[in-house]
Amino acid sequence: MSSNDNHSSPRAAAPRRRVQVPTVTIAHGGGGSAMRDLVEDVFVGAFGDGGAPLEDQARLPMADLLARGDRLAFTTDSFVVHPLEFPGGDIGKLAVCGTVNDLSVGGAVPVALSCAVVIEEGLEVETLRRIARSIAATAEAAGVRVVTGDTKVVARGACDRLFINTSGVGVIRQGLELGIANARPGDAVIINGPLGDHGAAILAARGELAIDAPVASDCAPLNGLIAALLAAVPGTRLLRDATRGGLAAVLNEMAEASRVGVRLDEDAIPVRAEVRGFCELLGLDPLYLGNEGVAVAVVPADRADAALAALHAHPLGAMAARIGTVTDERPGRVVMDTPFGGTRMVDLLVGDPLPRIC
Amino acid sequence: MTAPLTAGANPFQDRETGRRLIARIGEKLDRLGATERKPVRLMEICGGHTHTIFRHGLSGVLPAGLEFLHGPGCPVCVLPMGRIDDCVAIAEDPRVIFTTFGDAMRVPGSKKSLMQAKADGADIRMVYSPLDALELARRNPDREVVFFGLGFETTMPSTALTVLKAEREGIANFSLFCNHITIIPTIRAVLDTPGMMVDGFIGPGHVSMVIGLKPYRFIASQYDRPLVVTGFEPLDVLQSVWMLLDQIDRGVVEIQNQYARVVPEEGNPQANAAIDAVFETRPFFEWRGLGSIDESGVAIRERFARFDAERRFAVRSPAVAEPDSCQCGGVLTGTVKPWQCPLFGGACTPESPVGALMVSSEGACAAYHQYGGLRKGAA
Repeated sequence: MSSNDNHSSPRAAAPRRRVQVPTVTIAHGGGGSAMRDLVEDVFVGAFGDGGAPLEDQARLPMADLLARGDRLAFTTDSFVVHPLEFPGGDIGKLAVCGTVNDLSVGGAVPVALSCAVVIEEGLEVETLRRIARSIAATAEAAGVRVVTGDTKVVARGACDRLFINTSGVGVIRQGLELGIANARPGDAVIINGPLGDHGAAILAARGELAIDAPVASDCAPLNGLIAALLAAVPGTRLLRDATRGGLAAVLNEMAEASRVGVRLDEDAIPVRAEVRGFCELLGLDPLYLGNEGVAVAVVPADRADAALAALHAHPLGAMAARIGTVTDERPGRVVMDTPFGGTRMVDLLVGDPLPRIC
Repeated sequence: MTAPLTAGANPFQDRETGRRLIARIGEKLDRLGATERKPVRLMEICGGHTHTIFRHGLSGVLPAGLEFLHGPGCPVCVLPMGRIDDCVAIAEDPRVIFTTFGDAMRVPGSKKSLMQAKADGADIRMVYSPLDALELARRNPDREVVFFGLGFETTMPSTALTVLKAEREGIANFSLFCNHITIIPTIRAVLDTPGMMVDGFIGPGHVSMVIGLKPYRFIASQYDRPLVVTGFEPLDVLQSVWMLLDQIDRGVVEIQNQYARVVPEEGNPQANAAIDAVFETRPFFEWRGLGSIDESGVAIRERFARFDAERRFAVRSPAVAEPDSCQCGGVLTGTVKPWQCPLFGGACTPESPVGALMVSSEGACAAYHQYGGLRKGAA
């Protein structure tokens, strides 16, 4: 990363400059004063410079990390959501939550994030300011800092207004071993909240449906909730956040990796009435809708109540529920008991869920 | 935000009512002497019902003396390959923004699907209503916006109203690629299939909102089969199954309306008026897996020719042979079970569908593949 690319400004001591035009232009990506103004105004303005000397890379003291655990977790994700802002969140909040959650479900305590943005010329500067402030606020809520970044501006049509990549590092404490292959027959499958809020909110917010769904995204950093769970149930087998592909994708991946079956109880799976109605109208299934604040936990059966108690005590876990059991039947398969005593397979979808025509 | 709603809280998905209905269905089947070897066979015409049956695992909990046959009522599944080829050809015209419902994107044509054509650079956009396509035309006056109209009488009124609106507002760059089909000739084609095994029909709920009950009368009077217009909740389907068995038990053959909370007996006159204004019956229309069915499709009337993509884009509608061994036709008429097709689950999967019934989530083969793998032999 060249110094021109870094969000950190080499002139941080000087008064911060402001962008005077309403929209981002190609000049804001050119490495000159326009770019410096954009970075200082929008990003340094929101994230701060942390009081450290500003360089091309963030420097994380080893002693701090070593004191917190014995392994570094490192993750990256790109966010291309449309629309940029939606009920319950925006692309910036989503980027921070996504990366914090990807670290947390590995048992890592998130430490620091990077934030790289690709901006389509023409994006309103005020929108970018709002999103940068949202990134900062979400990071603060999650207790992590954005310590490095990058800004690129591309020609109109080369991206969809704004893409964000966030990477994150965290530390895993000694002795904690979560893994997708760890599920064992008899274990309890637990989720912390209702399915499908994010997927339904995004579909509705695109404005392409003649449906006004009163649903907000569940987008939230889960590190606090997961810390509470791991404190209560240190023997938790595995955690996953049920993002793209929904609960169905996570459980299929787990069933395959752990060589186990999963049996779900449809009655026990929390889904908000609004989301259920939305899904029924469009022929979608909440099991496959993306979530940004739902973690799937697998715990030993005798610790299920303790896990639920810990989750229920946290604001993001009030609707936590035990939704199924790991089995030794049909390894690699997820089946669901329906309310009428029937069963059905919960397979992976081929691609995105597509609304049916009638 | 409200409290969570579990399946049991929906009155149409109430577990106890469902169990009682299942028990009563079992009693009826016993009275009729139905067994796994000699079952009562009920066909759900509409793909939405196929979806309900699989999604709620109904075939697995009902007695073996009842067999569901999955009929030709998924409009995506019965689109012939040649019409998809036409869609791709229109969509690849650089002047065109081609708009379609989502689940038509994956239907294979003879060379590619719309999804592949989009990846190859065609400007294809998913819409949720034909009015969205009209709005796109309004916002893009320098492009030709084509809407891929498909579906039975359920979706036909909204397409017809969109054409009427386009005319009223003088929108010149909008047209419709009309692939709408009608339900009655389709049912007749099933009834006329040699070896037809259907004892009764679970009638389509949404179509009936438009056409009402009268058009089904011939099924009882000419073919001696009962039909019950049915809603899409699991209890709707269970209640209709019981109503059909009850008719058979009592020795009567009637057209009944289980879905009266939504379906008026006489249908929707305004929707029918819009359909009549815009569309006229085609002499014949080809169905994937079923061949040509007389008067089963509609075309745009001459008065609206300027909104007819078939006239504006000179489509060829090539006749494309069904892939070898594909048994979609037999499955659609209830003479072959999906798992009896030699391609099922091997050469033909949802990832790589050969037959159309594996494409749409409402297709019988896709439903078996996704939901029914547990009891495929018995369902």
